[in-house]
Amino acid sequence: MPNLTYIALIPLLPLAGFLLLGIFGRNYFKTTSGIIGTTLLLIATVLAIYTAYGYFFEYGKVAGVYQKLVPLHYTWLEFSKGVSIDMGIILDPISVMMLVVVTFVSLMVHIYSLVYMKGEERFPTYYAFLGLFTFSMLGLVVSSNIFQMYIFWELVGVSSFLLIGYYYDRPSAVAACKKAFIVTRFADAGFLIGILILSFYSGTLDFNTLIQKLTSPDSVELKNAVAASFLGVSALTWGLVLVFIGGAGKSAMFPLHIWLPDAMEGPTPVSALIHAATMVVAGVFLVARLFPVFAISAPEALNLVGYVGAISALIAAVIACTQTDIKRVLAYSTMSQIGFMMFALGVSGHGGENGLGYTASMFHLFTHAMFKALLFLGAGSVIHFIHSNEMKDMGGLRKYLPITHITFLIACLAIAGVPPFAGFFSKEEILLAAYQHNSIIYYVALFTSGLTAFYMFRLYFSIFWNKKADIHGEHHGEGGFALLMPLILLAVGAAAAGFIPFGNFVSSDGTKLESAFHLQFSILPVAIGLIGIFTAMWLYKKKNDKPDKIAASLSGLYKAAYRKFYIDELYTFITKKILFNLIGRPAAWFDKNIVDGLVNATGKATQTISEKIKGMQSGKVQQYAIYFLIGVIALAVLFIYVWK
Amino acid sequence: MSGSTIIFYLLAALILVSGAMSVTSRQIFRAAIYLLFSLIGIAGMFFWLQYEFIAAVQIVVYVGGIVVLIIFSIFLTQQAGEKLAKQKLGRQVFSALAAFCGFALTLLQVYQHDFIKTTAVAIEPTVSNIGNQMLGVNDNGYALPFEVVSILLLAAMIGCIVIAMKSKPEAA
Amino acid sequence: MMEPGLYHILFISTALFFIGVYGFFTRRNLVTMLMSIELVLNSVNLNFIAFNKYLWPNRLDGVFFTIFIIAIAAAEAATAIAIIINLYRSHRSIDVENAEEMKY
Repeated sequence: MPNLTYIALIPLLPLAGFLLLGIFGRNYFKTTSGIIGTTLLLIATVLAIYTAYGYFFEYGKVAGVYQKLVPLHYTWLEFSKGVSIDMGIILDPISVMMLVVVTFVSLMVHIYSLVYMKGEERFPTYYAFLGLFTFSMLGLVVSSNIFQMYIFWELVGVSSFLLIGYYYDRPSAVAACKKAFIVTRFADAGFLIGILILSFYSGTLDFNTLIQKLTSPDSVELKNAVAASFLGVSALTWGLVLVFIGGAGKSAMFPLHIWLPDAMEGPTPVSALIHAATMVVAGVFLVARLFPVFAISAPEALNLVGYVGAISALIAAVIACTQTDIKRVLAYSTMSQIGFMMFALGVSGHGGENGLGYTASMFHLFTHAMFKALLFLGAGSVIHFIHSNEMKDMGGLRKYLPITHITFLIACLAIAGVPPFAGFFSKEEILLAAYQHNSIIYYVALFTSGLTAFYMFRLYFSIFWNKKADIHGEHHGEGGFALLMPLILLAVGAAAAGFIPFGNFVSSDGTKLESAFHLQFSILPVAIGLIGIFTAMWLYKKKNDKPDKIAASLSGLYKAAYRKFYIDELYTFITKKILFNLIGRPAAWFDKNIVDGLVNATGKATQTISEKIKGMQSGKVQQYAIYFLIGVIALAVLFIYVWK
Repeated sequence: MSGSTIIFYLLAALILVSGAMSVTSRQIFRAAIYLLFSLIGIAGMFFWLQYEFIAAVQIVVYVGGIVVLIIFSIFLTQQAGEKLAKQKLGRQVFSALAAFCGFALTLLQVYQHDFIKTTAVAIEPTVSNIGNQMLGVNDNGYALPFEVVSILLLAAMIGCIVIAMKSKPEAA
Repeated sequence: MMEPGLYHILFISTALFFIGVYGFFTRRNLVTMLMSIELVLNSVNLNFIAFNKYLWPNRLDGVFFTIFIIAIAAAEAATAIAIIINLYRSHRSIDVENAEEMKY
């Protein structure tokens, strides 16, 4: 194994960018901050790709199995023997893959933002925040210690908060960033409790040791964790479910998804980076990181992951069909696709052929990062051109934005699962895994993938075909090379990433997984996808009143889906009516009257007494001497006669 | 009643009466003189106890040094013929009461306590004995405290000069 | 009248001590307060010598303590008078009631 300490540079370079631009940006790099941030990230990307090449083709594989390497490890805060918060770097197939994905997508977004965010008042701050986010995300994926991951997890949450609230003068953006932060924080509390439970029973915080202790069948720790139970469920399952709640919060799984659509208030490249390609898959990554524990020791928890994923995928897809804000459509599509990844993990087993779902999930994560970032950046171009997020303001844009149009089409085909684009391969693997293990999830997934194709092409046709939008006056075209280059690079990725033999590299146990390609199996999903596409084409290619009619005939369902199944309203009801009134008000009353009253009374009593006795501090030596003598006599009497 | 006893009671009366006069006299110069008599009485008491060396030191240091110093400071700070300011009556009564309580308590303890005399052979408190033992470095020697006291005296001397020195008027 | 012994001397020293304490409480002039302190110190000296004479005639520690107390009293008196003179310069008075800047 060669010296791999340079890997630490990959997260540290964006951190350096954050510090440099955050501290000096406003005064010294007003216009050059974008170039600085992008250059630092370019170096990080090159290093990440170099690492990936080295890991996958040179030193990572030992006797046909990809090893978990720990090139860097510092013990940082030791609580007791074995239980310590360490800072380390772990290299295994998924972390190396995530390194590449995060740096690459982040680089694309950096380049894209050079034009997109040009002229913004807080341009350096924007790049500083991007650097902070990239640092935290990279730190998260290479964490070798579950607590280290938690630290970066929170850092990711903070940078997401900062970036959603970037336009802090818009009330909606402020509300959105608060919502995102509070909802994910709420979920993170689950994650923290989960960490505590797991580390309590395993006696370690280190990932490798933890997984090893909680999976080997004869370990004492595993027996204890399974034996202890609460409400009829074992402590281990509770711990894993709580950890999954943390992941579900970050990954916008039902019912903690409500922050994701609102998070689209942030700048569009940020949505592409954080709320499509990287941060929202952190939950998937977390489950994948602990996958052996889930799969071997707590299959109930894994089942929960699967069902939550499937439900999220379905609900999000239905809602996406009715939304008119293009970024919100993409947000719900993201949620739906992450649901796919989640249930793919949920239906997977550990090791060998059983691990197909795991590989498929990671594969889909990889391809999804490409085409979803592309979709968001394309949507960004459209918004940049038309200055609106609403579908009704768009239409017929293919003539004005030819390159955006082509790349957007590629992305739509990819997400719809049309061969030979990337999404086809990953989604087929997911469906195959679901087919083999759980038929309910399989049919839900099949239906959802049809819906996916439908709403994506509804989006595509509404933007680029349909009626002709009124483009008044001069328009500035598609933007420069910096705006188009990321689109083209990501389009290449979205088109070709599917041909990577992913099973060779990433599998649940590190061995090679032959992903057999079943032609007969693929026919059904592709056919359903095509039906979705053609339905969308029939409804939306030309402007007509068919969509409205259908919406009217399905009025109840349509309205429910349009209002996102009233989940936001439910949350509002619970928090405003129940929490605020029943708990908040009494607590406020208690605080105002009892707690404050006690504090004020203490203060007032002290003040009154000191007013009374301050005359003793007269500054007169003789008075002090008298006090002294009286004290001495009193003590003498006390000691001699009272306390003999 | 032997002559020694008579002398003791005379000395005791001298000490206490002139001590009391020294703290009550309203003319400061007289107070100083009463203090002088009280200190001489104590020196006499040391003679009576046959500690001649201590008595000599008492006379040399207190009578010859401290009282003279006090009288000097009276000359420096006091206008002639001025009577001392009177303390408030309440304070006087209260102080007397407090002092008397302390006095009573202490005496009570003293008289209740049974002092036990050692049976070892006595040493004569001659000058040579005192000098040899005080400057000795054996178990009973007091060489180290002696040196410390000498340092203290030096420090006090320097401190007095610094404190009492007239500060030069600042160039302002 | 009985033969004078340890208890008699202790009576004298205690009385002298509290006479000094009384003077310290009631005098307003700083020099007279200093004089009261001298009385207190002397009463202690008398105590030491008496104990040395009547209880431990085989040792001389009481004598040494007395000598040290006399030395320290001399240093203390000199320092106190330096302070008094300095105070007199700044306040034109050595009344202790006037020196109460350390008030709350």
